[in-house]
Formats: sequence, structure tokens, C-alpha cells
Amino acid sequence: MSKLNSKIPAGPIDKKWTDYKDHVALVNPANKRNIDIIVVGSGLAGSSAAASLAEMGYSVKVFCFQDSPRRAHSIAAQGGINAAKNYKNDGDSTFRLFYDTIKGGDYRAREANVHRLAEVSTSIIDQCVAQGVPFAREYGGLLDNRSFGGTQVQRTFYAAGQTGQQLLLGAYSALSKEIAKGTVKMYNRHEMMDIVKVDGKARGIIAKNLVTGAIERHSAHAVLLCTGGYGNVFFLSTNAMGSNVSAAMKAYKKGAYFGNPCFTQIHPTCIPVSGDHQSKLTLMSESLRNDGRIWVPAKLEDAQAIQQGKKRANDIPEADRDYYLERRYPAFGNLVPRDVASRAAKERCDAGFGVNATGQAVYLDYADAIERYGKIEATKMNISNASPEKIKELGKAVVKEKYGNLFDMYMQISGENPYETPMKIYPAVHYTMGGLWVDYELMTTVPGLYALGEANFSEHGANRLGASALMQGLADGYFVIPYTIGSYLSDDIRTGKIPTDSPEFEAAEKEVRDRIEHLLNTKGTKPVDYYHKRLGKVMWDKCGMARNAEGLKEAIAEIQEIRKEFWANVRVPGAANEFNPELDKAGRVADFLELGELMCYDALNRNESCGGHFREESQTEEGEALRDDDNFAFVSAWEFAGDGKEPILNKEELVYENIKLVQRSYK
Amino acid sequence: MKLTLKIWRQKNAADKGRLVDYPVSDISPDMSFLEMLDVLNDQLVEKGDDPIAFDHDCREGICGMCSLYINGRAHGPQSAVTTCQLHMRSFKDGDTIYIEPWRAKAFPIIKDLVVDRSAFDRIIQAGGYISVNTGAAQDANSIPVPKVDADEAFAAATCIGCGACVASCKNASAMLFVSAKVSQLAILPQGRAEAEQRVLNMVSKMDEEGFGNCTNTGACEVECPKGISLTNIARMNREFLGAAVKA
Ligand SMILES: Cc1cc2nc3c(=O)[nH]c(=O)nc-3n(C[C@H](O)[C@H](O)[C@H](O)COP(=O)(O)OP(=O)(O)OC[C@H]3O[C@@H](n4cnc5c(N)ncnc54)[C@H](O)[C@@H]3O)c2cc1C
Ligand code: SF4
Ligand code: FES
Repeated sequence: MSKLNSKIPAGPIDKKWTDYKDHVALVNPANKRNIDIIVVGSGLAGSSAAASLAEMGYSVKVFCFQDSPRRAHSIAAQGGINAAKNYKNDGDSTFRLFYDTIKGGDYRAREANVHRLAEVSTSIIDQCVAQGVPFAREYGGLLDNRSFGGTQVQRTFYAAGQTGQQLLLGAYSALSKEIAKGTVKMYNRHEMMDIVKVDGKARGIIAKNLVTGAIERHSAHAVLLCTGGYGNVFFLSTNAMGSNVSAAMKAYKKGAYFGNPCFTQIHPTCIPVSGDHQSKLTLMSESLRNDGRIWVPAKLEDAQAIQQGKKRANDIPEADRDYYLERRYPAFGNLVPRDVASRAAKERCDAGFGVNATGQAVYLDYADAIERYGKIEATKMNISNASPEKIKELGKAVVKEKYGNLFDMYMQISGENPYETPMKIYPAVHYTMGGLWVDYELMTTVPGLYALGEANFSEHGANRLGASALMQGLADGYFVIPYTIGSYLSDDIRTGKIPTDSPEFEAAEKEVRDRIEHLLNTKGTKPVDYYHKRLGKVMWDKCGMARNAEGLKEAIAEIQEIRKEFWANVRVPGAANEFNPELDKAGRVADFLELGELMCYDALNRNESCGGHFREESQTEEGEALRDDDNFAFVSAWEFAGDGKEPILNKEELVYENIKLVQRSYK
Repeated sequence: MKLTLKIWRQKNAADKGRLVDYPVSDISPDMSFLEMLDVLNDQLVEKGDDPIAFDHDCREGICGMCSLYINGRAHGPQSAVTTCQLHMRSFKDGDTIYIEPWRAKAFPIIKDLVVDRSAFDRIIQAGGYISVNTGAAQDANSIPVPKVDADEAFAAATCIGCGACVASCKNASAMLFVSAKVSQLAILPQGRAEAEQRVLNMVSKMDEEGFGNCTNTGACEVECPKGISLTNIARMNREFLGAAVKA
């Protein structure tokens, strides 16, 4: 018997959430004031949760490691946010969004959660517009939409290529409004160092003031981790430099199970790596696949000439180009889901058709789109017989309006002009579907400890569809947790303030201090980044786009070795009681070194290919991923067994009552 | 490339601070400016020296965390980019580069190149929002917004809160930052209900935080990495006068 209770409400799928809301316990306003909630993280999930809970009357504390809540990594999301509004009248519906998300996730997500997400998606857009989020609009003044990978409807709302920024600033403004009222107390430049459990329940955190180094105790009746994803375990990723797994790792060690840690999303459209000095990778929004066409040369000799710098993209005639996504997947073409697009790029590059010096890049070409838009504009403007130059000019203006900031960004980084020559792109680590295991109420296996947003494992299964993370973060924060938390907190109305002078707080604080001392006193020879880069390379080579049992076993041994060296020989400068970013980084990398190993265990155990997880042992003759529903239709929920011990696997069986499991096909 | 860096070092807020020379070599033109500092920092750590503290996070020009006053210009020599987007191909072999923190009374230095910009947060808390609680909104398409207005509001809303406008202003005025938020919400119909109180509250908070007055030098617009326009300041002045008359 599984120890996991996912608490999925009974009843038909489209009634579960409504029924749940009708019957969940409420906390009355007078009692809410006496209940403290800690929210760690101020991204979309954290800010929206904190603002909503504060509006309801709870007393909230929010923590983030940046100098302002507005800088959480959600700010960097580009392309858009999905919602089943069906404003385009193209057949969208709650069911379709639900279906697309389950299918896109390769049937490894929980039906009830995903359906709820689709249901609340429309309210998110309403809320954001009311907050003043300036979404793109049509000339009639109504909201515009675009399409994204893995779907055949236009349901993505956007604000140029800065949707995450605009949504986060909306949530930040809601948060600021509550800070002004005193219902939220904000702790910038603070890092959560550990969870404190009292009588088995999460009752607070130990935090570090990153400016002074002071270690602080904060108590609460419930703790929400909204700490984002852990893509930086690969060292190079599209995540911000500070994005980390530490909060989730601390929770894991305190008894929260880690769900599907190996499910990583490798995004197909990123700017390729340029050299060893590289500190991060930059995403080119997936929305670019809407209009851009992806290709490599069809002839090996052309590819080699390009790699040697003897030919350029524009030298390759149309007939000698291989639009491999359109060739392999005629139904979805360039809009296949991310995992499929990434693997197809890797396949072509591994076969020698890559288009930069390292052979690790493919083209993303806008020439056709520029022409197509140019012609439409010419017709709209009643210009008959427009010259090709005029058409190009008009087309470029449209492309600039839609994607201008992305094109600028590309130009800045690569030094090339994408309006004239195709962009070069290559897959990069982007998002982590895995995260803390949570039940329907978003509670982890530690009572009173919740996980929201990218930090939890929930709605995206083995592969997330574009524009669905923003939706999930805001759904969790605005529309789910405000209801579900009542079910737990209604038992806490008589508890009173949680004291911070208990032995539990004492012990947790001591552990935190000891670890900091250990890091500072090792006084070895190598800086933190040296270990992080080594870990990243092992992860990318052996637990990246393709994985096999032998490689994963090697990776586990190698990571254990790197971890040992790290603790014996890392050099962390400075002192504990000062602003010390190297020390903070050391703590985060130490946690990545444990997570990497856990991811490899998970990848090794899951001997099937599904979504972003591709096991070379499990593929069709054509090289497509092969799922194994008989043996692996479950969520892996890993339990910490003690330092140096192999983690324990718990399984949550996935039951599909509304969607039939089929092998995904985008052909 | 070989370069000489002259970097502001200051242990903490109380320390006086000074410029220190750091020669660096083997710098590739494809490196970003911050990657160049990473390389220097790893060398300092290996030598047992204190690495240079600077703020950064997204490294793609959107979070607003990076700063740096480079050769006398906020975010360096190129226009319309943040420091993290600056690449070393903008410099020449043998160059000397001065790297200093934002300097403004309202942005006290924390360490080296890191400053405290929380005054910006407090200005937003004074009114940079629309008071709508979760769940209280009507259908998103029930109020049409003309595309030109939506686009203009969006342009103002792209401010990343970096503070370059303040750092490049001889009066350390925060007008560009504040007016960007005031404008965004004043243009949209959703924001009109609170427009008057908002501008009064935000401007009075701005003054209280110790930012200087605007004397229309326009330096802020030139150095703003997001191209936030001076027309926002004009709009805020109109909004402010209109509201002050009624108040
Ligand atoms: C470049 C890029 C583009 C993207 N584009 C899209 C898109 O177009 N559409 C889409 O749907 N999704 C997109 N995504 C994914 C999406 O942006 C993220 O999944 C989502 O924003 C995560 O939000 P979050 O609130 O869970 O976490 P985050 O926004 O990452 O916030 C994490 C918060 O936790 C805090 N924190 C972390 N650890 C600690 C700690 N130990 N102590 C204190 N505070 C801590 C941080 O300070 C921060 O405030 C994109 C992602 C990237 C990287
Ligand atoms: S107005 Fe420009 S310079 Fe000033 S904070 Fe905003 S983005 Fe930075
Ligand atoms: S680091 Fe985010 S804007 Fe420069």
C-alpha cells in the first residue's frame, strides 16, 4: 500500500473542484488575523499567494533572496500564458486545455489537478487585466492571442516577449498593496536556510539576512515554498544565476517527498553555447516557433562547409534545406512539443548536420514569415504589385512588432542580425517538471508545508507545454491555495502564536550555523563554481536529453565523488557575519550536489521514455520515445533515507478516468 | 584581450571606499561584462582575496538586479542594454575600465558595487497598484482598451526598476521610474479610479525617500536601458497638477 494520499475529491472530473470548494472548511475572519503564514519566494506563485492570503486576513511574511520581490525569476518568462477563454472561437474549452496538458505531459500528470488548472485559467486573465497588466490587444481593443507548441488552438495571452515581467509586476503590485497595509511583512535579501518542524508539523523557518549574515527564527502555522525550479543543477540553464533547489532540498530532508526529480525540460530554442566562460544560457521564446521555420542543410557537405565557416545559411538553396520538423511531424510541424523538438535537433546535430563551429546548433529562419506578413500588410494597405523589397520591409515591421525584443536580444548576444540571416539555436535546460510531491491541496508529505509553482511536481507530467508554467504559478497562488489552506488551518485557530524559543528552533538554528562554519572553515583550494561546473557537465552528459542505465550509474558515482571533494576542498572566502555572496552560492551548490544524485536515481529507475525523459533503452524503431504504461504510470515520490543512503521510492499510481492513454503522436 | 579594471571597493556602508586596480588578461570578446567579473572573482578567491560584490540575477536584461556605473555611464557604453547584456566586444584590448556603484543618497551602498534600492519598493507600496482583490475581477474583455493605449501602457510598464535613471541624474531624481508606473496605470481605464490619489501618494513618497528634483536634463532617458520615455514625466506632471488642484 502506498503511503501517499493524494486527496483527490470524489465525483466527476468537472465537478470535483466545485464540490471541494463548496465543502472545504473555512476560517472565520477574526481567527485569520491570529494565523501566521510564511511564504518563501516572491515569484508568480509566491506573490500571488501572499497577496491573496493577506487580502483574506491572514498574517503573512514573505521571503526572497533578491533585493526586491519584483526580481524573482518569473520576471524572465517571455512567451505567454495559456487560458481556455476561447476568445478566438477556435474550439477551445476547459476540456481541451485539460486534454492538451495531460497529453503534452505524456500522461504522467494527475487528472484532477490538471482539470482544476484548466478551470481556473480564465479567472487568471480576468484578475491580471483588472490589475493593469497590459496584455497585447487587437485593434478593436480586445485581447489578442497566439498559439504555442503542442496545441492547435490560439489560447496564449501575451505582452510582447515580456509576459512574465508584466504578470509578475501585476502580482508584485498586489503584494505591495498588502505590504502597505501591514498585512504582509516583506523580507528582501533573506534566504530560507531550513524548515522547522514541531510535533511533526511545519511551524517555521530559519532564515539568513544576506546583508548582515544574521540568522533569524520565524514561526508560522503553515509554510509555503514557492521557490521556483532547479534547472541550475546543470550549471548552464536559462534560469537566473540565483535560482536554486535549497528550499526544496531542505524540505526533502525534513520528510517531504520529492516527485519525479528527473523530469527536466530541455527547451529547443536557446542561443547556443559560445565558450567555457559562459555563465548562463538565454532562451529565445518558443513563440518564435510560431512563425519561424527550423532547418539544417540536407547535405552533409553543406553542413561541414558551414561548420568550417566556408558557407553561410543564405548560401544554401531552398532545395537543399531539411526542414526536419515539418518532414517528420507534418501535422504539428514546427509546433511539436518541446521535448520532441529538442530531441529532433540533437538527432540532426549528432548526425553531423549542425550549423555552427561546434556543430551544436540548428537554424531558425524568419525569411518566409517576413514575406508572408509583408504580403498581408501590402494587401491591407491596398498596395498592388508591391516590390519584393517593399514586402520585406513591411514584413520586417510586423515581425519587429511581434518579436522585436527577442530579436534585439539575439543580436546583442550573438552579434548577428536575425532579420537578415537565420538565427542559430540549440536546446538548453529550461524548466523542471519535477519538484516537491504535493497532494490535491498542494500540501507536501509534511503537514503544514505546501509547495506552489515550479517548486512542486504537479500539473505538467513529464513535459510542460509552453505558456503553462505562468498559468500554473498564478493558479496555485491566486485561486487554489486560498481555498485549500483553510482545510488545514481551520484546526489551528486555537493554537496561538508558535514560540521560536523551543528546542526544535534551537536545533534547526544550530544545524544551519554548523553548516556555514563548515563551509567557511574548509579553506580548500577551489572556488565553488569549479564544482558546480563539474556537476553540470555530468548531468548534461548523462542525465540530459538522452539517458541510459550505464551512464546514470556512472553519474551517481561521479557525483558522489565531486561531493566528497567539494566538502574537503572548497574555498569560501570571507566571514559568516557579512554580505557574502560566495558563501550563499556555496550552500546552494552543496544542495545541488545532492539533488543531482537523486535525479539520477529517479532517471535510472524509470526505465521508459516519457516526455522530457528519454531512456535510450526505450524507443521505437523510428527513434521516437516509447512509454511503458503497464509499468510506469505512476509518480515517483522519493523519500529521504538519511545522508549517504539510497533514497526510498514511493509510488502514486496515476488513474486515468477521462482520457485514454495513447502513444503521443504529432505526425 | 588585456584590460585594467579600476573597481570601487567598499567593505560596508560605514567604510569610506576607494578605487582598486585589477589587471585582467585572456578576456574573450564573446564574454559578457559580468562573466569577465566572474573570471576575476574566481581568481581572487583562489588567491585568498575578497571577491568583488555586485548584484545580478537573470543576466538577460529583465530582472533589473544588475547595476554598475561603467566609465562614467550607467550600464556602460552601449545604449538600451543593461550591464548583464553588455559584451566585451564593446571594449578594446588595453582599455582601462572604471567600475563604480550607483551613487545616490537614496541608494546607500551595502558593499563594493551593491546598493540598497528598497526606496523604489516603498514608492510602489505608496500607490503603484490598482486596488483589486483576488477574485473580484470581471471578464477580461468587458472593458475594451484601444490598442494605442494598451501599447503605450505596456511601453511604460517595461521599466525594470534598475535605478539607472537615478544614478545618471545629477540631482539623483527618480522621476523617470515613478512616472513610468504612474503613466501605465493612468493610461489604462482600469487604473483611472485611483489615479489622482496614486500620483499624489507616489510623488510625496518619492520626495520623502530623498530623491532629488527633476530639472529636465533628460540624462535619465538617455541611460535608461529600456528606453522609458520622458513623455511619461510630462504625463505625470499633468496628472500631479490636476490632482493637486482638486486635493
Ligand atoms: C527564460 C524563461 C522563460 C520562460 N517563459 C515562460 C513562458 O513564456 N510561459 C510560461 O508559462 N512559463 C515560462 N517560463 C517558466 C516560468 O517562468 C517559471 O516556471 C515560473 O515563473 C516559476 O515561478 P515561481 O513563482 O514558481 O518561481 P520563481 O519566479 O522562480 O520565484 C522563486 C522565488 O523564490 C525565492 N527563493 C528561492 N529559494 C529561496 C530561498 N532558499 N530562500 C528565500 N527565497 C528563495 C526567490 O527569491 C524567488 O522570489 C520561463 C522560464 C524561463 C527561465
Ligand atoms: S526608468 Fe529606466 S533606468 Fe529608471 S528604473 Fe526604470 S528601467 Fe531603470
Ligand atoms: S541581471 Fe537581470 S537585468 Fe541584469
